[in-house]
Amino acid sequence: MKIVDDNPPALTALDRPNSYIGRAVPRPNLARLTQGRAQYVSDVTLPRMAHVAFVRSSHAHARIKSIDTTTAKAMPGVIAVVTGAELSKVITPWVGVLTHLKGIKSAPQHAIAVDRACWQGEAVCAVVARSRAEAEDACEKVAVEYAPLPAVTDAETALDAATPVIHPDLGDNLTFERAHSAGDPDKGFAEADAVVETTFVFGRHTGVTNEARAIVADWNPGDQRLTVYQGTQAPHMMMNLFAKHLGLEEHQVRVVTKDVGGSFGIKVHTYADEMAAVALSKLLKRPVKFVADRFESFITDIHARDHRVKAKIGVKNDGTITAWEIDDLTGIGPYSVYPRTSGIEANQVVNLTGGPYTCPNYHARARVVFQNKNVMCQYRAVGHPIATAVTEGLVDLAAAKIGMDPLEIRRRNLIPDDAYPTSGPSGIKFEKLSHHESLAHLDAMMNYAGLRAEQARLRERGIHRGIGFAGFIEVTNPSAAFYGVGGARISSQDGATVRLDSTGAVFVHSGVTEQGQGAEAVLAQCVASAFGVPIERVRVITGDTDITPYGGGTWASRAGGIGGEAAWQAGKALRLNVLAVAGSILQAKPETLDIRKGVVVDAGTGTERLGLDELARIAYFRPDTLPAGIQAELVATRHYVPRAWPFAFTNGIQASWLEVDIKTGAVTLLKHWCVEDCGTVINPQLVDEQIRGGVVQGIGAALFEHCLYDARGQLLNGNMADYLVPMAYEMPDIEVGQVVTPTADSELGAKGAGEAGTAGAPGAVMNAINDALRPLGATPLTDMPFTPDKILRALGRLPS
Amino acid sequence: MSERFHDIAVTVNGEEVRERIDARLSLVDFLRATLALTGTHIGCEHGLCGACTVRLDGEVVRGCLTLAVQCDGARVDTIEGVSDSGEIADLQTAFQKRNALQCGFCTPGMLLTAQELLSRGGVPSREAIRDHISGNYCRCTGYQAIVDAIEAVAQQRAGARR
Repeated sequence: MKIVDDNPPALTALDRPNSYIGRAVPRPNLARLTQGRAQYVSDVTLPRMAHVAFVRSSHAHARIKSIDTTTAKAMPGVIAVVTGAELSKVITPWVGVLTHLKGIKSAPQHAIAVDRACWQGEAVCAVVARSRAEAEDACEKVAVEYAPLPAVTDAETALDAATPVIHPDLGDNLTFERAHSAGDPDKGFAEADAVVETTFVFGRHTGVTNEARAIVADWNPGDQRLTVYQGTQAPHMMMNLFAKHLGLEEHQVRVVTKDVGGSFGIKVHTYADEMAAVALSKLLKRPVKFVADRFESFITDIHARDHRVKAKIGVKNDGTITAWEIDDLTGIGPYSVYPRTSGIEANQVVNLTGGPYTCPNYHARARVVFQNKNVMCQYRAVGHPIATAVTEGLVDLAAAKIGMDPLEIRRRNLIPDDAYPTSGPSGIKFEKLSHHESLAHLDAMMNYAGLRAEQARLRERGIHRGIGFAGFIEVTNPSAAFYGVGGARISSQDGATVRLDSTGAVFVHSGVTEQGQGAEAVLAQCVASAFGVPIERVRVITGDTDITPYGGGTWASRAGGIGGEAAWQAGKALRLNVLAVAGSILQAKPETLDIRKGVVVDAGTGTERLGLDELARIAYFRPDTLPAGIQAELVATRHYVPRAWPFAFTNGIQASWLEVDIKTGAVTLLKHWCVEDCGTVINPQLVDEQIRGGVVQGIGAALFEHCLYDARGQLLNGNMADYLVPMAYEMPDIEVGQVVTPTADSELGAKGAGEAGTAGAPGAVMNAINDALRPLGATPLTDMPFTPDKILRALGRLPS
Repeated sequence: MSERFHDIAVTVNGEEVRERIDARLSLVDFLRATLALTGTHIGCEHGLCGACTVRLDGEVVRGCLTLAVQCDGARVDTIEGVSDSGEIADLQTAFQKRNALQCGFCTPGMLLTAQELLSRGGVPSREAIRDHISGNYCRCTGYQAIVDAIEAVAQQRAGARR
């Protein structure tokens, strides 16, 4: 029995008499989800609703010579067949650039391709019909004549003079480039006793959300309003973009996000086919629904990673790291994705590499190039898995070179816990981290010494097991520094409105969204604690731009730390409002009163004075009995945005314990550990489960997941039979430990926890595989995913 | 009419429904689109992810690989039915308590698959639980919480039988 009882831990400064902070409170929306009573966008049906399917380019790069829609239009159930040129009269194109990524460039992207398709899967024509099946039938009858163009697929040669330029107006295939130099890397390498150099490769993979992208757009000409039901992480951002590109005012657009079947960063971007569905609704004056099928998901959901990093580390014989150097190259498809751009991941790789360590000598270059493959953009833990695997891979290779234990070399180089505030080699600022405490916690939790002894014993019997570590830092609670300063209308602040109803229950409206991570539970915990009611009396409403405070939504691990703080402050503000009314009713000074478990009490003695139901009854129905001049204000709104630090960095360390079958190259994961410090833990169970889910997503990247393209830009494995995802049988149990270093930027002190698992797991698995194989003389594996064939090649059992 | 359309009578969650359907209509589309039983989900339409798991005459099947026309005269149970009947109330409670779901999209299929395993009796090992749910894809949880919840219910039910 591993179900943890909901016992409150020791009191903290945040604890009020009925505090829920730090408790494993179950999420309020789970009963509905377990009963099949959720409402995902794919479940939404509206009167007169039509369905759209798309004809998609079969070429990676081709001129569209002609589109003949005559036969398709005559097919049963067909309402409209619309080409890119026709739709461009309804919706304007967009360009995915931000001003703070200096020099980033991209080309205008249309909702449906006009004249030219730039990747296999780009929509070239839309068919709207009474059912999805009829729309698909008619898609087969749309005759598109293509003139194939040379496809640019290899990022390594994308910048060569001989390579065609995908967007001639841009001059070359370079999207974005950043160089950074800090300290004295040349001196650092010169002083090193050993220099290790290698190339890390991170295969393209994708999110494979269980519910595919889905949207229902409903333009109502009577109201002159557009209502969009969308599984998005950022409803207000989408409201702005729909308005902007359809020529509407923002107040004419309402975005509704109910249950979402998985996001992970996949559903925080602008997708051409979703924009097309919205434009088609405007064009046809009726609701239009688009739900991607699994093939469409694989060729149009953003892909992620696809980085090649040449990397170098210098180290002294005493373990001191003397210098870092990286050269990152990433291919992002034909367009920088709107509005967050496809330059952010490479930028993050430069920002984060070497981040946990004291060595200041750092040279980095990152180049982002266009290619004729599906677009690439931000996915869970953006840049972190790459920077972490590169950094931690280098540290392990350096340790092996000088013959030092991998935990020992980390102890000697991690930023000391008493050195804060400080900065990383890229200039990123750390308020307070706990690398050494986290490492010590991990060491004890996994019984490292015992595990090493077991490894040695088994090695003698021909069983090859490995231990791999990956320390990490994670960007959470982003301020306006992430997107706002670059000109994107993506809110970094978030708000919460709290309302006492007429029976003493509380409604919370918040700008963050729920995608399953538990944001609504966290908001309820914050409000119940700050205001003073049993959590069952709190109802949370998110995901509706008409009624929630303007906010950013849920991404970059911001819902708990930012949305939670706004909710906490709103709960406190409502408590003061309510106590002012209570004071007047009870003829007491408000500051002598408190609200506990839904009852107004004497703060000093806890004696019950007045139920909130009675207070609300008087305030709403008999305000005439209140003294003159007393107006009850039973609604309070508060907003919060981090100001003191651009980001609330978290930290932690993971370890992987696995076995490699040297005959088959198969890897069996035996156990995984993660110690994480995300500041104040609002709900320990939800934090643990974010870590576990994130770790498994990272394991997928390390061992299985790869979008395989051929040289012509054709995706070879765009289905769930050929693209492997982690399933239950292959996954290990994951033990999670917590160290708590609150941020002083908010009263709650909570940082984010959504991406730490994914950030560290690939590096830990990589290091564990190499630890298992090192005594066998294998070439270190640095090319993810580590499939059995690569492992056998590294062992020399297959020709390389 | 040609042979494309067929009249079927199916007992869905204990209620008999009679519909004229297209021969190509899958069971999951029949449930979702024709009967508005949206608790059964569509994930991959290739029989690989398990989101469309339902019971056909007591056996767990993939709703996307079964044609509705095959179900004529059969009994189909969906998440709505087993929820309303209380058959899996203990599993649902354990999933909630253990946070064995995040987005919840895989959960109806996962619960029906778990119920299939637990109906065999006994307390399966964690490895056997992992093996049994390996046809049900969950992107959110990493599976451990699901295994914990199923294991806990197996123990509860075994305890109750003693």
